[in-house]
Amino acid sequence: MKGLAPIFAVIVVMATVPLLGVSNVTLNFLVVALMTALAGQGWNVLGGYGGQYSFGHAAFFGTGAYVTAVLQVRYGVNAWIAFGLGIAGGAIVAAVVGGLTFRSGLRGAYFALVTLAFAEVLRISASVAPITGAGVGTLVKLDLHAAALQFQNRAAFYWTILTLVAIALIVTRLVERSRFGVWLIAVRENEAAATALGVNATAVKLTAMVISGAITAAAGCFYVQYFLFIDSGLAYGTWISIEALLTPIIGGVGTVFGPLVGALLVRGLGQAAQLVAGGDVPGLDLVVYGCVLVLIIWFAPRGLIGAMAQLRTRSVRPAPLARAGHG
Amino acid sequence: MAEPLLRVERVSRRFGGLLAVNDVSLTAQQGRITALIGPNGAGKTTLFALISGFLRPSYGAIRYGGADVTGEPPYRLARRGIARTFQIVQPFAGLTVRENILVGAHLRHPARATAIVAAEQVGRELGLDAMLNRPADTLTVAGRKRLELAKALATEPKLLLLDEVLAGLNPSEIRDIVPIIRALCRRGITIVMIEHVMQAVMSLAEHIFVLAEGRIIAEGTPAQVAADPGVVEAYLGHGAATRLGGAHAD
Repeated sequence: MKGLAPIFAVIVVMATVPLLGVSNVTLNFLVVALMTALAGQGWNVLGGYGGQYSFGHAAFFGTGAYVTAVLQVRYGVNAWIAFGLGIAGGAIVAAVVGGLTFRSGLRGAYFALVTLAFAEVLRISASVAPITGAGVGTLVKLDLHAAALQFQNRAAFYWTILTLVAIALIVTRLVERSRFGVWLIAVRENEAAATALGVNATAVKLTAMVISGAITAAAGCFYVQYFLFIDSGLAYGTWISIEALLTPIIGGVGTVFGPLVGALLVRGLGQAAQLVAGGDVPGLDLVVYGCVLVLIIWFAPRGLIGAMAQLRTRSVRPAPLARAGHG
Repeated sequence: MAEPLLRVERVSRRFGGLLAVNDVSLTAQQGRITALIGPNGAGKTTLFALISGFLRPSYGAIRYGGADVTGEPPYRLARRGIARTFQIVQPFAGLTVRENILVGAHLRHPARATAIVAAEQVGRELGLDAMLNRPADTLTVAGRKRLELAKALATEPKLLLLDEVLAGLNPSEIRDIVPIIRALCRRGITIVMIEHVMQAVMSLAEHIFVLAEGRIIAEGTPAQVAADPGVVEAYLGHGAATRLGGAHAD
């Protein structure tokens, strides 16, 4: 399959990082950055390729997290199975939200607002429902065995999240090169024109939303296994909705590697700012995110990868005016 | 005469108090070019939207290939073989010409490789082969019109609805595109075209329907329609036919 080689190269290089003897702090930073990247990869399928800007991907992240946690804690389900069911839960929530919004023809800002509302409804419900542990949250029992999907060693967690990111990268590449992907991009560019060419826009958007929800839910499932705690603010809070859309927008919307690049950059800068400020300044990382977002939208509206691609084509192609002269 | 490929039966469409299309019936014969003409605001584009499923008729029925397709969504009609172009061209602006045509080609070719071959084939047919890698929004007006046609053709339609593909082109560009349309018809594609460029309509169409204020006011061969006083009046105003007739008599 063409186009998978760069993905394998990146993943192999990244897989060697724990072998270089980096500190646990660095490894922890990378695990969280990769988890953000995974949430962003989910957003990118729907937002980047489909042009449907969701403001409520927390709905999928949180559902993945809660399903994984609650099934283990209350029903004694094996962690691996709970993880899989968490992903399925995110996909189901995506199907419901997508079915309701796309069927009623919501687009643009209206779609963004309704997704935000769904996430908020889930957050408030989770903060009062007994099954989620309500305001107290749910604590997953410490059980450092591979069978319980918990690891003594941070490197094992790192490789787990890296594997998930790799799968999401491959899924994104396959989507991009399939008929479904071509139609999804067509819907983003011009929905009426796509419909005239035989594209069932509602079905295409709904499918993208389900894939998107499943990937972002996987990040939520991983969150629970890594931190062993979840409450309504962590699961369904706007922080993850924002990070899920920020990382692809900064890295490059509608590109395979956009969310990964964006997550590493954003998380890296957030961390660096904390170091410079000398300690834990609450909200400083958000200030950094905001500044980066303004700079990207101003100077590189198609993200870092988009900007690099543009530089490359500019050096190869003649200037637009010269081209017009020939044509 | 054989059963027509498209039969519009007493279709009306109302927008609030405005009856944009009023009890219109028309047919398009298999393998022919049928033209739909009429002054601005006559309801031609609305009628196309009704046939291609973008609007539902308020009354009446649309039959295609013997089946009642009234109210079917556009994507399903496209799968049945009805393709349309838009009067205001609708390219996928951020994509290259090849990617634009590929969207249409994928309808009949699920596999990427064969769809790309089919898309490039259509691009060559329409003289876009030198521009396949260019972003669609860098094309000239004539290029965009060709791309609009290429996207529709890539879906391998049986019935092609052309909404003013010649509008905005200069005479030499029109001369280039007219033979392409004729070749499509010769390949067996049934064409219905809305067109204001009368020279092209007269040379291409075998049958013409004239729409004015939402109604069909005349139909027939190009010669019959051109000689119809009602048609002249619809375009030039009440009494124009007699005044013109008088001028000829002088």
